[in-house]
Amino acid sequence: MHKALQPIFRLLALSAIGAIWGFGGGIASLAWAQSPHSDTRRSGFELMGESLQAMQRDDTSNPGMLWVKQGETLWSTASSAPSCQTCHGPAAQSMKGVAARYPAFDALSNQAINLQQRINQCRVNHQQASPWRLESQELLSLESYVAIQSRGLPFSPSTDARMQAVVQRGSVRYQQRMGQLDLSCAQCHDQRWGLKLGGTVIPQSHPVGYPMYRLEWQGMGSLQRRLRNCMSGVRAQLFAYGSPELVELEAYLASVARGMPLESPAVRP
Amino acid sequence: MNTNSPHYSPEFSRPESPTRRRVLGTSVALGASLLGGAVWTRPAYATTEEMTAAIRKFANGAAVMPGRVRLAISPIVDNGNTVPVEISVASPMTAADHVTHIALFNERNPQADVVNFYLNHRAGRAHVATRIRLATTQKLVAVARMNDGSFWSHTVEVIVAIAACLEGDEV
Amino acid sequence: MTRALITLPKSARKGDTFEIRAVVGHPMETGFRPGADGKTLPRNIIERFECHYNNELIFKADLFAAVSANPYIAFHTVATTSGSLRFTWTGDQNFVHTETVALEVT
Repeated sequence: MHKALQPIFRLLALSAIGAIWGFGGGIASLAWAQSPHSDTRRSGFELMGESLQAMQRDDTSNPGMLWVKQGETLWSTASSAPSCQTCHGPAAQSMKGVAARYPAFDALSNQAINLQQRINQCRVNHQQASPWRLESQELLSLESYVAIQSRGLPFSPSTDARMQAVVQRGSVRYQQRMGQLDLSCAQCHDQRWGLKLGGTVIPQSHPVGYPMYRLEWQGMGSLQRRLRNCMSGVRAQLFAYGSPELVELEAYLASVARGMPLESPAVRP
Repeated sequence: MNTNSPHYSPEFSRPESPTRRRVLGTSVALGASLLGGAVWTRPAYATTEEMTAAIRKFANGAAVMPGRVRLAISPIVDNGNTVPVEISVASPMTAADHVTHIALFNERNPQADVVNFYLNHRAGRAHVATRIRLATTQKLVAVARMNDGSFWSHTVEVIVAIAACLEGDEV
Repeated sequence: MTRALITLPKSARKGDTFEIRAVVGHPMETGFRPGADGKTLPRNIIERFECHYNNELIFKADLFAAVSANPYIAFHTVATTSGSLRFTWTGDQNFVHTETVALEVT
């Protein structure tokens, strides 16, 4: 869909869904028409307290760096087949900008895939290895190591025509109420960001820091883990890791975050 | 409050400045109004008495005097899972005059002890840092033991905003 | 797959005090938390952290359940002679992890 039509579509979708408890929800989403002078997008980093911001900035104490370090080891580890390093060389060069382009359309499997799935594909097709379980420590480590090579770079999701439909489905799902609490992502993260849910400030929904160290998890997690948490929070049945539904949401969120700088590995409450 | 020490009182907490006291007061009021008071009732965790007992055990009954120790922690905490703390003690850290232990105690976690650090004159500076868990709003007490057997402390009150979404832990 | 991250200067001048930061991957399961089935998850924490400088114990810490997962400890020491610093974490379920880092003292 043409970029200019997107805000209008969103407004129509919201109206079609019906009454929402917020006011001006449709108008709020029109703010996504991005111009440098009115970019209202904010990273969750800005909502954190000073000590957490300091924790994220400091590579010597950011807990996410444990996974980056492990990823660095895995990058050059080879058992009987080539290591990542053998084909790609030093990650600092070859992986620069890569994480900023995912999810991407994969011709081989004819579907959109995220970075973890891409790493698994490499393992199967080029390293004669079995795929790691999605969200495993190994995949999170490699994903973190690849993502940090794009730290500071702007989100640049693919403009491949085949991704359009994926992003569109993600956009529809984002506006869709779900779960026993019957809430949509948009209702909290587009219409009520900055307000409090219990003791926590609701952030906007830009996935700028994944994989991230979330204090709630006391560990590292991908965007899909966070999406599943939200679904659990509204008492919805969770989509499985790697499901097209979750990849579509990831693709939509990446498209909305276009141009925002990556912060991986981020720290969040 | 049962304590034999004339010098030590766990109730002793010095807000650093009138501004801080005001911020704390406003935050408590705001928090209570937002949450309808639900979070501010005291849960059945450890008690102040247990913290006092743990401190007395650490000090072996000796007097624990306020001062010389600085417990640095954010007065309002986003999430009680990982709270950075720094403890520093004014000491030349020479063989003749140094800190031997720094211990941290809490009032309302299930267990009063948090961490004990053992130092000697080779440390150069009596300055340690770690990250801790806080179950709820409570007092924290850092206690330092000097090589001359004296004990010093600093007490800080911390407000903890607990994350509301009780998200499942399934990965 | 225990990972640790140690930060200290590659070299220091004799007599200078420098900071050491150590993070280790560990869940620090408190023993107070209920699992998905409602039963309390057994405690699994690191209880002791030690630092040996050229085989001499210069610093140690007792950790309790209130220390956050992936424990972070920062402390200081005085540079004496070149050699290595050895960091050891021990805890429940026979957990042991060691890291060694070289230090040049000029």
